[in-house]
Amino acid sequence: MYVAVKGGEVAIDNAHSWMSEIRRGDTSIPNITLDQISEQLTLGVDRVMSEGSLYDKDLAALAIKQSRGDLIEAIFLLRAYRTTLTRFSYSKPVNTANMTCLRRISATFKDIPGGQKLGPTFDYTHRLLDFKLLAENEAPISPTKKYNDNKMPHVLSFLNQEDLMQNEKDNNLDPIDITREPISYPTSRSARLQALSRGDEGFLLGLAYSTQRGYARNHAFVGELRIGIVDIELYIPELGFEINVAEIILTECETVNQFQGSKIEPPQFTRGYGLVFGQTERKALAMALIDRALRWKELGEDYSGAPAQDEEFVISHCDNIQATGFLEHIKLPHYVDFQSELELIRKIRADAKVNMKR
Amino acid sequence: MNEMSKNENLDIQIYNFAYLDENTKRMIRRALLKALCIPGYQVPFSSREMPMPYGWGTGGIQVTSACLIPKDILKVIDQGADDTTNAVSIRKFFQKTANVAVTEKTSDASLIQTRHRIPETKLKEKQILVYQVPIPEPLRFLEPRETETRKMHALSEYGLMYVKLYEDIAKHGHIETAYAYPVKTNGNYVTDPSPIPKFDNPKMNNSPAIQLFGAGREQRIYAIPPYTNVKSLDFEDYPFEAMKANFKCSICGSSDSYLDEIIVSDDGKRSYICSDTDYCKEQTKLNSKKED
Repeated sequence: MYVAVKGGEVAIDNAHSWMSEIRRGDTSIPNITLDQISEQLTLGVDRVMSEGSLYDKDLAALAIKQSRGDLIEAIFLLRAYRTTLTRFSYSKPVNTANMTCLRRISATFKDIPGGQKLGPTFDYTHRLLDFKLLAENEAPISPTKKYNDNKMPHVLSFLNQEDLMQNEKDNNLDPIDITREPISYPTSRSARLQALSRGDEGFLLGLAYSTQRGYARNHAFVGELRIGIVDIELYIPELGFEINVAEIILTECETVNQFQGSKIEPPQFTRGYGLVFGQTERKALAMALIDRALRWKELGEDYSGAPAQDEEFVISHCDNIQATGFLEHIKLPHYVDFQSELELIRKIRADAKVNMKR
Repeated sequence: MNEMSKNENLDIQIYNFAYLDENTKRMIRRALLKALCIPGYQVPFSSREMPMPYGWGTGGIQVTSACLIPKDILKVIDQGADDTTNAVSIRKFFQKTANVAVTEKTSDASLIQTRHRIPETKLKEKQILVYQVPIPEPLRFLEPRETETRKMHALSEYGLMYVKLYEDIAKHGHIETAYAYPVKTNGNYVTDPSPIPKFDNPKMNNSPAIQLFGAGREQRIYAIPPYTNVKSLDFEDYPFEAMKANFKCSICGSSDSYLDEIIVSDDGKRSYICSDTDYCKEQTKLNSKKED
């Protein structure tokens, strides 16, 4: 007699050990080290840290190694680890105006106090495969110059001076932490920004692109994009003052968008905001465009029905760990539900055949 | 070898009993208590990222983690079976992190986590049944917006659901829902029973066991307290009808349990077996006793 498949446990163990073997690959090739990943695959590490919501290069590198380079899987590993960590304190808000910039550009002004700084960017590279990289041990050296210690105030602050830019008011509320309380809709901008900052780069990119193509179009100028090092300051009650506990790299993007004005307000520029861990330019830009699109209600604009304007749609679908989990769960057994569908469809078809004969 | 065992101990020690930290468990227990006080109401809770994917039972796992105590005896089933891959994986997780006793026997278990089935063996008082829930909102596929569906529940505005059921009957002569068939809990909230076949719906009614539902990705918990009225939605002239394949289990011969259809030969010959593996085993034992 036929016996249904047993031995799920053995199958799982075997699958896992096969996967470990495959992860290591050809053993005649040296094992990849975490230093190599965190030093040479930096942008991948940055993406994993930002969407994993945990700033730790070593752990991100470990996750990338363990996940065989599947970044969403790596993000998942980091997230699952992150939840187990105790929140013993919250830092002071970072001051991005004091950022030590590796890169800082403005598309709105040719010259700005502190100057434009191109930094390490792919922007003007010709996308030609560099076959020189085939040779190992290359160590390119770039010309150096003493770090320009000029202050780099935010470009948009100059528009603020003339009142041309809408002033962002502090609502004096603590920002919501969506990892500690469930989101309810309509939600606050702080919750939205956190969700976007952790959101999937690909999803945000597509949505931001859709706004550029006319789905809730609002042309964005990159007022400023800056990437650099900021201090993390923690207030220690026992000491009675703040101490610097870490330096992290952030990417910040502020866009300048038009606003038509209303009966009570003359036209003014408005802002879209993106802030992401690491060097994550594409993501920060996309985030700023979506943030701006989601602000339609607050700014009294029309709802055009575009996906990027729909807060519940954007926020409840931007998290790649939620999305990939639910998408992939359809691989799990559904024998029982499918059986019930089989019974139902047979019954409906049988009834339909009887009716047709009549 | 010592290294190995050290590492394994490390694994257990790093994490709290049943994995989640005590503060998180407290947050979940509060949500559970609220859920039990308002039967069928979906309580938002701050779901955590678990070390398995969303959609694979993270809601149920968090509820189980919050309920487990060291003397619990745990049973985990998926599709009614103890040996399906995901059931094995979840059971292993709690063996590793909580070191609790496990069983396949429904009547021996103090806590049963399930996906897609309610055991055939009647549950008893002091048993907890934890359901894994993918979409906790029974109105979701009629109205995708959470802002709207919450309003509909608040106003008991369930007309849309009844219209859907009516339209099914008008088109096909039957209600076209075979699993996740909506119920009304305690005469109040329309509730999603999770994707159990509608064959299992009557087991929810007046059950002596506590029924807890966890939806991790959707961040919702709801509950049905013991001895609560749970009614599958229907019409007077089209009463609810539980449904199963009209065959006998080819292992134990049972005709009253829910059956899985399996394809047993290359020419597509079908056979039917109990989806509840524990029940099937028990029936087989009973049969052999009778024969003796």
